Amino acid sequence: MLIGHFNYWIVVVLMMIGLYIVIAHGNLIKKIVGLVIFQTSVFIFYISMAKVDGGTAPILADDISQYSNPLPHVLILTAIVVGIATTALALSLVVRIKEEYGSIEEQKIQSQDNLSQDKLSQENLSQDNKILVNQSQINQYQTSQAQENQIQEYQQDGKHR
Amino acid sequence: MLLGIYGLLSAIFFVAMDAVDVAFTEAAVGAGISSLLMLVAITMTGRNENTTRHKPISALFIVIITGGLLLYGTFDMPYFGAVEASINSHVVPRYINDSMQEIGIPNIVTSVLASYRAFDTFGEVVVIFTAGIGVLALLSVGRRPKDDDKIASINDSMSEQYLVVRIVTKMLIPFIMLFALYVQFHGDFGPGGGFQAGVIFAAAIILYAMLFGLSTANKVINQTFIELMAALGVLLYGCVGIVSLLNGGNFFDFNVLSNDPIAGQHLGIILIELGVGCTVASVMILIFFNFAGRKELQNNNSNKNEESC
Repeated sequence: MLIGHFNYWIVVVLMMIGLYIVIAHGNLIKKIVGLVIFQTSVFIFYISMAKVDGGTAPILADDISQYSNPLPHVLILTAIVVGIATTALALSLVVRIKEEYGSIEEQKIQSQDNLSQDKLSQENLSQDNKILVNQSQINQYQTSQAQENQIQEYQQDGKHR
Repeated sequence: MLLGIYGLLSAIFFVAMDAVDVAFTEAAVGAGISSLLMLVAITMTGRNENTTRHKPISALFIVIITGGLLLYGTFDMPYFGAVEASINSHVVPRYINDSMQEIGIPNIVTSVLASYRAFDTFGEVVVIFTAGIGVLALLSVGRRPKDDDKIASINDSMSEQYLVVRIVTKMLIPFIMLFALYVQFHGDFGPGGGFQAGVIFAAAIILYAMLFGLSTANKVINQTFIELMAALGVLLYGCVGIVSLLNGGNFFDFNVLSNDPIAGQHLGIILIELGVGCTVASVMILIFFNFAGRKELQNNNSNKNEESC
């Protein structure tokens, strides 16, 4: 009785292998490989469900009455090609990450991100400080100039009188 | 490399499961192009991995719990190969019993793919096209410099080393293309169709590009032309749907394309498969060219750096 479910067990085992790779490995390429294995397990799931005892491939012929289920075949046929296209997209993302960060290890990328973020916020802080300093200097300068002007005006007034 | 073997193994498995169309696709994609792309990406990113993992114990724990729950769920599933499983009722008997009268094509997979579920397939084609655009946007190297005679000469000297492989490949490529065309237009009667044909056709071009260098391959088949073909395939597919709308039917209702419904179905399916084949082939070639072009660019940069050092 339990033997009837062995196809699902294979699917589950494959799926879990894929999931483990995705979770446990920091290398982005390995993660993609894990996703591909996961994806294939879903393909196998569909195709094994489509199998019918005593059926043949779903191409109509005269002396055959029992066919396998064609619908999952259609779904998976397109899914395989879509899968390779999306995998290529993921790989290209990884390649760009490698170019920008020089690494495809998740932790290194994270630490670099943190570093750059810290730097950025520090720069912002220091810039703010500079602006503040400049403002106060300008204020001081302006007030001193105004005082000087006033003094000069008084002096000039005094001379005229 | 192991992934390629894995792809081939799963293709054999699909044949055993009576899914010949799927096996065909998996053999072309899984064993050919996908492992190739993986290898290119690995050479570009370096093959060393950090040995530290994130908490493998807790990951294993999660995986075991999820797997256990899934296994528990399978006890309610129908047995392997059961005829009375719910997946085999609903629309499937109609596909099997009536598709010969309604579509007139022996391969049920093709008639479901291209006629009953044409809208679904249109979505898939658009996804592939979008993925192609994405790769182009991420990895496109821009205009190649005109004066790369030096690079070309390096490529020539590289490819001259493998004389036997080159000559055999040169003889094989026409046959691969011919086979792709056969798969394309024979998809109604046997296993095959636009998806498989597109991938096989792309494999022929990729083989050429691998052996004779990217610049040579670019001279043979222009990248702008490939981009145009990718868009044209999607356009052709969509236009067939719009023509059937204009003729008074539903979107992708091929019965109205011709006076005879069966002839209309044939015409519609051939056109749609052509669109699919165009898009898939050009997107695959485009993806490979961009990966390889990026790799060449990286090599050139590192060479320049070494020279300046």
